[in-house]
Amino acid sequence: MKWEMAAPRDHYAKALISLAEEGKDIVVLDADLSSSTRTARFGKAFPDRFFNAGIAEQNMIGIAAGLATTGKTVFASTFAVFATGRAYDQIRQSVAYPRLNVKVVATHAGITVGGDGASHQIIEDLALMTALPGMTVISPVDIHETEKAVRAIAEMDGPVYMRLSRSSMPVVTDEAAPFEIGKGQAIREGDDVSIIATGIMVSRAVEAAENLKERGISASVINISTIKPIDRELIVAEAKRAGAVVTAEEHNVIGGLGYAVASVLSEEYPVPLKMVGIEDTFGESGSPDELLGKYGLTAGRIRDAAEEVLRMKR
Amino acid sequence: MNGYTDETVRMIAEKARIMRRDIVQMIYTAGSGHPGGSLSAADIIASLYFHVMRHRPLEPGWPDRDRFVLSKGHAAPALYAALAESGYFPVDELLNLRKIGHMLQGHPSMKTTPGVDMSTGSLGQGLSAAIGMALAGRIDGKDYTVYTMLGDGEIEEGQIWEAAMFAAHYKVDNLIAFLDKNGLQIDGPTESVISSEPLADKWRAFGWHVIEIDGHDIPQILDAVEEAKDMKEKPVMIIAHTVKGKGVSFMENVVGFHGKAPNDEQYRQAIDEIGLGEIGVVE
Repeated sequence: MKWEMAAPRDHYAKALISLAEEGKDIVVLDADLSSSTRTARFGKAFPDRFFNAGIAEQNMIGIAAGLATTGKTVFASTFAVFATGRAYDQIRQSVAYPRLNVKVVATHAGITVGGDGASHQIIEDLALMTALPGMTVISPVDIHETEKAVRAIAEMDGPVYMRLSRSSMPVVTDEAAPFEIGKGQAIREGDDVSIIATGIMVSRAVEAAENLKERGISASVINISTIKPIDRELIVAEAKRAGAVVTAEEHNVIGGLGYAVASVLSEEYPVPLKMVGIEDTFGESGSPDELLGKYGLTAGRIRDAAEEVLRMKR
Repeated sequence: MNGYTDETVRMIAEKARIMRRDIVQMIYTAGSGHPGGSLSAADIIASLYFHVMRHRPLEPGWPDRDRFVLSKGHAAPALYAALAESGYFPVDELLNLRKIGHMLQGHPSMKTTPGVDMSTGSLGQGLSAAIGMALAGRIDGKDYTVYTMLGDGEIEEGQIWEAAMFAAHYKVDNLIAFLDKNGLQIDGPTESVISSEPLADKWRAFGWHVIEIDGHDIPQILDAVEEAKDMKEKPVMIIAHTVKGKGVSFMENVVGFHGKAPNDEQYRQAIDEIGLGEIGVVE
């Protein structure tokens, strides 16, 4: 399938600039990665509201927290591995516990970081962030959702973690598509199996559904852009309709979307379920496409998983 | 704050004494807590809450207030005593320290306790938050001052030095930090665990203006704050030489009273030494 490709991080900066232009009392912080995260663009437009903390993520989060206590809406950005790993305790203690209005928007999530290798490819950020009480966790699927999500998280009060890819992502939705925190979106309808995905795997899920259709299998594709609070209603409705579920994410199979969906369904409506994701292994250097291929984050793997769960259906 | 008189000094000293009683009693009643580092901080915190800081106990969220971040969060009893005696909440609430369902948490919690400007407890984080508050003041064109207090063991945390570099780089001069240098930490004297000397030199090297004082001498505390307020373009670190457990003879300079509540006998002795009776007991 041919997708239009565009980089969410560019739209992150665009949305930040719009918010400030509209008079929203926002402050943006970065940790020496502002050209990569694109917060530098905001910094150029609003230099009094941008602070580069240098290679000091822990301090950056603390500064963000302090700013937020005065009523500002604070965005703090760096690579996902440093945001959620290096500064985990700071997010926990200084942001999540006091429920401060800090939005940690991290780029370069997952293995599509590419050549930098495992040290820079976080595969556990969703696990870390969803286990924090009061944390809203967002994984926008494309540039359109990214812009809407930035606005939506700026409107709400409370801690947010949002993960963005490094690379260009397939444009899966459009400007008119609705976005609401806590609500998944049906990208495609189907009755035999439901593919529940997030991020880059949504486009792969659509490709897999096309493939399955050729084999006479009708698959729905659901985009879960809010990992926490997860859209339990939609997930259960899909399980009821299809009776079999596949999840797909650019994240460890442990602790991410798959686990969240599994926990919802085991409690409310157990159905055969297979999780597609990184099989509890660190990444490595390579090109994004090579890595997605090698680590099983493909439409083919989703298709195989769908056929497996269909065999498990009673 | 425009200067002070002998009466000011006496008043602050008396408040500090009351706070020491409160600290001892609340920790004893709770059965746990951190007396040593709360007592060493009492004179500075009393000076801040009863004279230096511009704040409104009946309006804890007053946007133009001076702020205080207790980065060494385990000294919460000292902060709570100051808040209660200032009128943020009733003094007898202090006796509910650490009790389930009550507002005074083991470490400061801004969401549950009026007057607490920042949640702390995991060492090394409060200084960053204080700097963030100071920056906000600059962005908003406000003239409040942010005060913070660090521990001398706490400065072993790397984040403190990240924050120190940031504050100097961004010339955060509406920030005044105190370092409660009582020389002890949990596993022994700070110099034995991880040597941090020359400490004043380190802060100067990081671009801070440094003032060294006796942290139990109220005129020195007040003079240092005045000097700090006049310092422009640089954040200020007031290194306060203190005695851990100050005010309770058997706790003074004793490593063991970092995080241990007094037993019945020790409590009685401490209360007698402070000489103000107990909260809730009419003498």
